[in-house]
Amino acid sequence: MSTTAPASAPVASPDRVEIVPRKVPVILTVITVALALAVALGAQDGDTTFRLATGKDLFQLPDVVVPAELTAWIGIVVMALVSVDSWRRQLTGHRTPMWETALYAVVGLLAFLAWAAADGTIPMVGLLSGSLALAVPLVFGALGGVLGERAGVVNIAIEGQLLFGAFAAAIVGSLAAPPLVSALGESAGDFTGAIVASAGAAFAGMLVAVLLAVFAVRYFVEQVIVGVVLNVLVIGVTSFMFSQVLAPNAATLNSPPRFRAIDIPILGDIPLIGPVLFRQTLLVYALYVAVALVTFALWRTRWGLRLRAVGEHPKAADTVGIKVNRTRFRTVLLAGAIAGLGGASYTLVAVSQFNREMTGGAGYIALAAVIFGKWDPIRATLAALLFGFASQLQGTLSVIGSPVPSQFMLMLPYVVTLFAVAGLVGHSRPPAASGQPYKLG
Amino acid sequence: MSDDNAATAQASPPPESEQPTPPEQHNYWHTVLRSITQGNALVAVGAIILAVLVGSLMILFTDEEVRTTFGYIGARPSDFFAASWNAIEGAYSALFRGSVYNTNADDFLSGIRPLTETLKYAAPLILAGLGVGLAFRAGMFNIGGQGQMLLAGGAAGWIALSESLSSLTIWIHLPLAIIVGALAGALWAGLAGLLKARTGAHEVIVTIMLNYVGYYLLFFALSRQGLLQQPGSSNPKSAPAQDTAILPDLLGDRFNLHAGFLLAVAAVAFCWWLLNRSALGYRFRAVGENPHAARTAGIDVGRTYVAAMLIAGALVGLAGVNQVLGTVTSGVALDLDSGIGFDAITVALLGRSRPIGIFFAGLLFGAFKSGGFLMQASEGIPVDIVLVVQSLIVLFLAAPPLVRAVFRLPTKEAA
Repeated sequence: MSTTAPASAPVASPDRVEIVPRKVPVILTVITVALALAVALGAQDGDTTFRLATGKDLFQLPDVVVPAELTAWIGIVVMALVSVDSWRRQLTGHRTPMWETALYAVVGLLAFLAWAAADGTIPMVGLLSGSLALAVPLVFGALGGVLGERAGVVNIAIEGQLLFGAFAAAIVGSLAAPPLVSALGESAGDFTGAIVASAGAAFAGMLVAVLLAVFAVRYFVEQVIVGVVLNVLVIGVTSFMFSQVLAPNAATLNSPPRFRAIDIPILGDIPLIGPVLFRQTLLVYALYVAVALVTFALWRTRWGLRLRAVGEHPKAADTVGIKVNRTRFRTVLLAGAIAGLGGASYTLVAVSQFNREMTGGAGYIALAAVIFGKWDPIRATLAALLFGFASQLQGTLSVIGSPVPSQFMLMLPYVVTLFAVAGLVGHSRPPAASGQPYKLG
Repeated sequence: MSDDNAATAQASPPPESEQPTPPEQHNYWHTVLRSITQGNALVAVGAIILAVLVGSLMILFTDEEVRTTFGYIGARPSDFFAASWNAIEGAYSALFRGSVYNTNADDFLSGIRPLTETLKYAAPLILAGLGVGLAFRAGMFNIGGQGQMLLAGGAAGWIALSESLSSLTIWIHLPLAIIVGALAGALWAGLAGLLKARTGAHEVIVTIMLNYVGYYLLFFALSRQGLLQQPGSSNPKSAPAQDTAILPDLLGDRFNLHAGFLLAVAAVAFCWWLLNRSALGYRFRAVGENPHAARTAGIDVGRTYVAAMLIAGALVGLAGVNQVLGTVTSGVALDLDSGIGFDAITVALLGRSRPIGIFFAGLLFGAFKSGGFLMQASEGIPVDIVLVVQSLIVLFLAAPPLVRAVFRLPTKEAA
């Protein structure tokens, strides 16, 4: 919006200084002061234990025990130093480097944890693996969102795709599992049943995407409107079917099989990382593959180049012979299938039944991750993981008993997103033609 | 959308334009005629018919009786059709009895009660719909209705349950509660406008995030003694509003319709004036049509965004106020928005972001809501079917070519 035209080249140098935004140092300072105030007002005695191992580990890492108050203050000092350095760079016309922001984030987080969990034990493995599990639908949804927007179609309907995916996975799983179990035996039958259910979820997400594509690409309807309305439609349809059909026939239609965690032999034995990353369900492994595939395909293949061309400059793409609307249509379908697969994690992993509105706005969080991640699959994945971490952290801290009211912990991911959208990611630039229908003539 | 704008722009040039516009009755009626034959009226009817058809199919597919009779449709098809007719007829007559006139009632006064319920449900939909629609006209998508309603409701409730204020009369206490509520909504939405204006943050994301932040803020306030929580209680709920802060009933004790509906009517009139007769509204529309052109013409686009969101938030906030001071006066609770923040989007879309259109769209959806509850109670059809029909209406309405193709309506004449 606020595109300040750069001054003409010869006299540019003195003006250039002002182009570096002041947002990053401001935000770093605000967060440091807020944490310092919190620690100063809510003094916490005792030690904090970070537990790095689980009982099943081959190599047992020892627990790390630190004094809560002191650790928090050391962290705050480091954060203050980074903030000061960020101001120094800003005043001399330089940006704060990425590594400094990352250092700030990690130190700030550890300082906060040490303070908030005083006299308690933080199970790091549980915290991190739980975050990953919570982030699964967010990452799948964000991947779907990135693909759609890169092709020029805003996908607000991620929420609907997740919900419909969860719904379909419950029904398909419940129907497919009994015959498969009787044919293949208990565990193999459940496993294949869950795989079939996941395919059903992907198909359901694609169905929602077909509607999105028909209205947004074929009929040029405002894409944000279609997305919002589709979300309402899916909530209506699934809630209606739930009370009319699923609830009365819960045993036959709403009791899908579950994915169980698979321990990958050698990788799973790496301390800390192994239990977090490689003792997960098949859906999480599918997630790794999906992130890698989407990233590679988007940046390194002809298909990805065409897709991005369609999203950046459809007219130019059309001129060189790329079928704009066909590309968009197919990309939206693929994106829907990916997001729908994410929905499967609601009904096939922790809870094995569908419930009305069970995605609870996760699709909107995934959308925030897309923007937070600047329309890049890897960054969007990281953003989604961050949101998963924040929710898991809230759960962990509420067990330990933290000085921060639980509502503020629950609020955290959203506040972080607000900060991110407004400041830290600076002026994020979406694909140029995102949201614009392509009409010839 | 663009065709629509072109048609209206051509028919009624903005009154702010340089040359004085002669009052051309002929031109006006021509527009009306054209909008009936080629315009959106028929498309709207078509969209509603299509949506109701799909809703009926869903009722049929899930009806136990219909499915059983379908099992032997070859042997006795009459059973199947009778069952289908019963299911559909039952659903829609319940919808009618619940929203317009109860034909089973003993006297006229209790018969007309559903209509007053419809008006009661319509009031917050209209208010919030105006808020969303106004933001639309300024080129912004306000998905933050939920958060704005929650904070406005919380703020209004906070004033409403104060005993010291209740010693003042209703003439001071009630307006104060309404104004504080509207202000809270305005500030919450204005924050989104400010972020968009100053940092370029997309208002869709910002308002969605503010929904959650607002929810948890109210949650926090409602679970703290001394803030909003009812003294001595452990539930996240406030004490009931004082009598001096409750919107008075319009038709006496027998009906639930309260003065919130008047608030909605007044808001419709205000928005119509604002958009069509004021300089500020003209700036809203200019920015909404094309922010670059508006900037070139000397309009401060950022400031216009903030102003539009402030007013939009106040309107949505009034919907929250309407709930807390009128519909559910037993105290502020976390579900005070009851989905109206999102329903308002469909209301605004159905009303094409025009105040009069939003008024009627709000009435229609209010009727759906009122009738839906009776349909659920008497026919066992989940009220969620209303969501399906509402969203389908808006979806079909947004794609006129589709509806025209289905009903073989003539396409638009080249304007």
